[in-house]
Amino acid sequence: MTDTYYLAAFIAISAAATFATRVVPFLFFERHTEHPLLQHIGRFLPAAVMALLAIVFLQRSANWSASLPGLDAILPGLLVVAVHLWRRNALLSIAVGTVAYMAIQQSGWLA
Amino acid sequence: MNQNVFRLTLPILFGYIPLGMAFGVLFTTQLDYAWWIAPLMGLVIYAGSGQILAVSLLAANAGLLEVAVAMFVLNARHLFYGLSLLGRFRGAGWRKGYLIFGLTDETYSLLTSRPLSSDKHHEQEVDFRITAFNQAYWIAGCGIGALLGEMVAFDSTGIEFALVALFIVLTIEQIKALGDSFPLWAGAFAAGISMVLVGPSHQLILAIAIVTGILLIQYRQLKNRLPAAEASHD
Repeated sequence: MTDTYYLAAFIAISAAATFATRVVPFLFFERHTEHPLLQHIGRFLPAAVMALLAIVFLQRSANWSASLPGLDAILPGLLVVAVHLWRRNALLSIAVGTVAYMAIQQSGWLA
Repeated sequence: MNQNVFRLTLPILFGYIPLGMAFGVLFTTQLDYAWWIAPLMGLVIYAGSGQILAVSLLAANAGLLEVAVAMFVLNARHLFYGLSLLGRFRGAGWRKGYLIFGLTDETYSLLTSRPLSSDKHHEQEVDFRITAFNQAYWIAGCGIGALLGEMVAFDSTGIEFALVALFIVLTIEQIKALGDSFPLWAGAFAAGISMVLVGPSHQLILAIAIVTGILLIQYRQLKNRLPAAEASHD
């Protein structure tokens, strides 16, 4: 039962936090859209947050006690970068990287 | 009108069905919850990268404060979508709440790139239907993926890497759109510091605080260097 409570609270909080990011400008920023600090944060924060999320979760997917520490996640990560710079197709890049990581983990290569 | 809206949203259909399915498969193969929770999340949360992040937060039994902060900051880019649509949604009445709720990356790009007539009410009705069609594709994708993940037995070890791959792709897209790699180094620096200093449960919050601090310092420096700060915001 606590599991159900946790899930319900989790979904409610996720929904509220997501909606908050969408509704805040309509509630508070009607008069401040031109403020340069807001525009600066707006320009740079999204990219910086994506970069830090990519790195934190890449680090968590890696096996750092392998003989070649971290390579099991770094290699598929580099593959995603290469495929995306090459074809610039988001779904293709994600699929190729994920399949590569799954193959590495399931075969025990780089373990 | 619906036929026209369907044609407009067709590219989103081709994007949302597979991405929704990826989330659905991830959801049922990583977690023990009922499959229909996945489309339910598509209905009430409706955020692609947010829902995929939610799977790993659920798997880790993350604290609810961490969930709130991570979700808010991950979707913080939406803060700046609304800014350019303030006038567009003004006077949309009961539709306005849903237009705001459904403002995903894809809906935003579609709404801001389509030609408009002078009939504001008609255009708001079209915007509303575009938003609803897009969300319907997304919910369908989440549901199909979740059912597929439950029915088809396969070794899904490592499938959670889709989240990392998604973040890498989004980083590249953001940097390309920006034409400036500074945020990449700021984000990498903040991630590195927080991974050294604190345990997994607080890394995201600390890294986000550090990166915001770096941007504030950068803003002050730019402002001091250029008396006309606006010059750097063209």
